[in-house]
Amino acid sequence: MLDSILNPVLSLGGLGLLFGGGLAIASRVFEVKVDPKVEQIQQALPGANCGACGYPGCAAFAEAVASEKAPVNGCPVGGSSCAESLGAIMGVSADAGEKQVARVICGGKDCNAQEKFEYNGIKDCKSAAMVQGGSKSCSYGCLGLGSCVEVCPFDAIKIVDGIANIDKEKCTACEKCIVECPKNVIEMAPYDQKVVVDCNSKEFGKDVKVKCTVGCIGCQICVKACPFDAMEFENKLAKINYDKCTNCMVCAEKCPTNSIWADFESRKTAEVIEDKCIGCTICAKKCPVDAIEGELKGIHKVIEDKCIGCGICYEKCPKDAIKMK
Amino acid sequence: MEIGALFTIFVSAALVNNFVLARFLGICPFLGVSKQIETAFGMGMAVTFVMTLSSIITYIIQVTILDNLGLQYLQWIAFILVIASLVQFVELFVKKASPGLYQALGVFLPLITTNCAVLGLAILNIQEEYNLIQTTIHAVGASVGFLIAIVLFAGIRERVALADVPELLKGFPIALITAGLMSIAFLGFTGLV
Repeated sequence: MLDSILNPVLSLGGLGLLFGGGLAIASRVFEVKVDPKVEQIQQALPGANCGACGYPGCAAFAEAVASEKAPVNGCPVGGSSCAESLGAIMGVSADAGEKQVARVICGGKDCNAQEKFEYNGIKDCKSAAMVQGGSKSCSYGCLGLGSCVEVCPFDAIKIVDGIANIDKEKCTACEKCIVECPKNVIEMAPYDQKVVVDCNSKEFGKDVKVKCTVGCIGCQICVKACPFDAMEFENKLAKINYDKCTNCMVCAEKCPTNSIWADFESRKTAEVIEDKCIGCTICAKKCPVDAIEGELKGIHKVIEDKCIGCGICYEKCPKDAIKMK
Repeated sequence: MEIGALFTIFVSAALVNNFVLARFLGICPFLGVSKQIETAFGMGMAVTFVMTLSSIITYIIQVTILDNLGLQYLQWIAFILVIASLVQFVELFVKKASPGLYQALGVFLPLITTNCAVLGLAILNIQEEYNLIQTTIHAVGASVGFLIAIVLFAGIRERVALADVPELLKGFPIALITAGLMSIAFLGFTGLV
């Protein structure tokens, strides 16, 4: 009677003990040391596995960060908050940098550009681009067939009026659309940028004019108009140097073809707070368009018609006596 | 023991009574880890290792402990204990030896534990009243059969992935149809032995 209980208990128990001991030894022999930071970093990452960092997925990037092969701000999707938390884990300060977003630099909507021919092939930009460079009159413009829409993991791109439009709130700067676009008409621009040259055409002005009503014709009026030397000109195309640009929007005002997009609604003008102004004249000296007048030691005044809202005076005023509104 | 009889056992286990395509055992990893030939091969090798070793160990346990003490009713639980420990061991080993394969196999590696092909094989060995050599040959045959099936299937799936499959059949439906057709094809081996 006792045997029928003792035998199974002992034999199974013995087997269990044997295997358990064996595994314990094996786990020591085959131990793989995992940096606990890797797991922490992986949890702090967005987990989109988009590969924008240059590593195959978030896990690989986490490993690279933990072994200090990749910078903590290497994840463009997570942005500054992600960089900060990674920096906290790694014990380094994160210089997140300015947030960038992708932008389709083309204004060749259906109403602005013409069709060269009717394209009835596969609805894919790469295929369409192989037929005479696409059906759009301008061979540099967005074809609007939505290859970027398909590839965007964040649903940030829509086709509006025949060209792609990127929602900058949803864009995470993973740059997948930039890689996909056969026309190279998508570029990165700072999130806060309010003025962008929406043209990619490197043709001569006359040809541009024929093909599209909002193309950059290379007149260089914007280059002369820019008070900050922020407008560069290469390949017959105006290009904004985002480091120098102050979003004053003068170029967009002056552009004869409206090929420079500007968010005029958010344009500001400077105003002097009279109680704080001590009349040091710094603002008047610094103003690129001479929109501030006033005597030394006297209260200064902004001429609203002249002010372009560049914010230079706001930055330079030692007494914080200028506000932008 | 003559070689011919052993060869018959081997061919029968590998082709005629293929564990996946004729006995329908171990379908879970067969469908789960067959998207790429490389990982399918890795899985096949891991299963081969576990199946062969577990067959030998379970046979020894059956003969020396269970039969001697009249504890045949403990067969299943004892076998699962063996298989689970072996899988744990394989997992530790693969993690150390090939992190890439470890990641590719993912959750299916520990799931070999519950792979019915492994337990099925161990129990079949006893039911067929094989001796140790026959058990070993049978186990190798069965696992080679599994390996053949999963690698062939992965090869087909790699091609199907590029084919223009109707929308409603994309993914698992076409995989199941493929598996069914493969199973029918393997019926052709009936009568070989």
